[in-house]
Amino acid sequence: MKDPIIRLSNLVYRRGSKVILNDVSMDIKRGSIVAIMGPSGVGKTTILRLISGQLHPNKGSVEVNGKLISSLSRRDLYTCRKEIGVLLQDGALFTDLTVFENVATPLREHTDLSEEEIHDRVMDKLKSVGLADTAKLMPYSLSGGMARRVALARAVIMNPRIVLFDEPMTGLDPIAMSTISRLIRVTNDELGLTSVIVTHNVDQMNKLVDYCFILAGAKLIAEGSPQVLMHCDEPAVDQFMNGRVEGPISFNVAASYQT
Amino acid sequence: MPKDRSKRNAFLAPIAETGHCGVFLIRMLGSIRLERELLISTLQQIYLIGARSLVIIMICGFFVGMVLSLQAINALQLFGASDQVSLLVGKTLFRELGPVLTALLFAGRAGTSVAAEIGLMKATSQIEAMELMAIDPVQRIALPRFLAGVVSLPLLTAMFNAFAVIGAVVFSIGVMGLDPGIFWSKLQSGILFSKDFMGGVWKSVVFGGIVSLIAVYFGYYAKPTGEGVGTATTRTVVLSSVLVLIFDFIMTSLLI
Amino acid sequence: MRANYKVELTSGIFLLMGVAALLWLATEATDYGLQIGDDTYLVSARFSNVADLKIRAPVKIGGVTVGLVDQIVLDAVTFEAVVTLKIDQQFADIPSDSSASILTSGVLGDRYIGLEPGGAMDALTDGDQILITQSAIVLENLISKFLFNTSSKGSNE
Repeated sequence: MKDPIIRLSNLVYRRGSKVILNDVSMDIKRGSIVAIMGPSGVGKTTILRLISGQLHPNKGSVEVNGKLISSLSRRDLYTCRKEIGVLLQDGALFTDLTVFENVATPLREHTDLSEEEIHDRVMDKLKSVGLADTAKLMPYSLSGGMARRVALARAVIMNPRIVLFDEPMTGLDPIAMSTISRLIRVTNDELGLTSVIVTHNVDQMNKLVDYCFILAGAKLIAEGSPQVLMHCDEPAVDQFMNGRVEGPISFNVAASYQT
Repeated sequence: MPKDRSKRNAFLAPIAETGHCGVFLIRMLGSIRLERELLISTLQQIYLIGARSLVIIMICGFFVGMVLSLQAINALQLFGASDQVSLLVGKTLFRELGPVLTALLFAGRAGTSVAAEIGLMKATSQIEAMELMAIDPVQRIALPRFLAGVVSLPLLTAMFNAFAVIGAVVFSIGVMGLDPGIFWSKLQSGILFSKDFMGGVWKSVVFGGIVSLIAVYFGYYAKPTGEGVGTATTRTVVLSSVLVLIFDFIMTSLLI
Repeated sequence: MRANYKVELTSGIFLLMGVAALLWLATEATDYGLQIGDDTYLVSARFSNVADLKIRAPVKIGGVTVGLVDQIVLDAVTFEAVVTLKIDQQFADIPSDSSASILTSGVLGDRYIGLEPGGAMDALTDGDQILITQSAIVLENLISKFLFNTSSKGSNE
């Protein structure tokens, strides 16, 4: 794969004596939508945190855009993070600010735009997620799906190159799920982003993503396009993709890993 | 092997936590930038934690002034010296009760709400979201609340003292019929501006720093769960009250 | 604007009220208002007994405060108390032959120094000494004197 925007090489991450990731390598292609899948608690979110520089690997390296994330100072890390948008699990909107101010926060912090320019850009992003008329509302009056769309608008307001999604579909109804999924595709293609999605929702992902990584038991067990993986013969991949109880991924092992 | 929290030495753990808190303070002070953003958010916090504590401070101050003068008159009457009441009330107020009681009320009213607010922001990953937006949460969340506490507490103490003096006037002049002239002249001749008054002001600045540092610190490092927020709130009140009283003694012995 | 107008206004009012309370207490309830300016001059006076005169006690002429007691030391040779008075420069024309006495405000009140202006043409200046002084009247001495006098009178008759 040529010129990956994110390259993880031989990552090892331990929490206490527990090995969360063991020798995981990934190359993520520029402009693609990539899913990192696997049973709950297998270390998917840990990978996102390693990419965003919140955690440091015990071994191996994380390269984003050619920069070695794991060895940056706080200031350089912050500069780097302006190119990465993150959508956390529940959106994590600032509860004391309106929807408009939530989306405007990164602009106010990192740019010298005038009030008018900020207004235009924020309303533009809110329109693109279909929530222009909620601008004056407070986050608590939004539904779960709406909150996540606002968070998506906030994550892409700085026009980042990479957007990381942590379980963007969890706890949403099917319609909201499809809406988010369509929005991810549209924003990704319009803004030329690279999207990394952490999820365990196989059905939605198959429709959305270009490439999948499947983790199980702290290791990367398979990668490839969803079509290829669906028809993979490997028992563990087959078990996960088709949701079978019986298989090499033991229910008990999976449950012993807590995120 | 990273050490498990429960396995840490029971004597060294508090020392380590003090060091951690000190590092946090330095990091917070190091993030001070003279900019409009900080001024606005500090003003907002002064409103939230200072101005909103005002009513309770005034009511408490008034009644403390009344009860102090009641007790003082009762005791001084034995020696036929009830005209000294304003001096006694003034000295105890300015030097001790004003700064200490206001700091304790402030810990209960504002310290808890700051700790709970920051803890909740942490539990709902708002702090994490900020960090991911390359916004330093220590600078944007912790610092304005800390500064607002340092500014607000001396002013609240002044308010407390003023209402306590009014309470003393109401009781000793209004109820007990003391001479207002003697009341004020005893205050003016007996209370030293540099020692009694400014000493109390310095105390309240230090107390403001202690209470708000602890509230911000415990909130920021709260476990991101409902229980964690509750624990942070309780620890804030308990520890800041104890520290206020300890530092009160230390500062009094230094100032005298 | 993130902080709305009402918030700014309220915190502004709070800050002003706090500062006002500080100033009110400082001027009305402490000796701040009684402090004399920085522009002062020092004169000394010798007393055989200052009783419980304290540093910072007021110095008055005709009941008006013009200065305060700066220092009280004992002259090791003459065993007199040397009191240094700090007087505000705006009262620069106190005659040099004025007298100083230690008085009591009320029957049991605090001691202060009263100056009685004399008639000389030249004024007291920095470093001068007030020559005519009257020591504190100590109540115990007064009472014992009174008792002694009445008893001796009684024995004379």
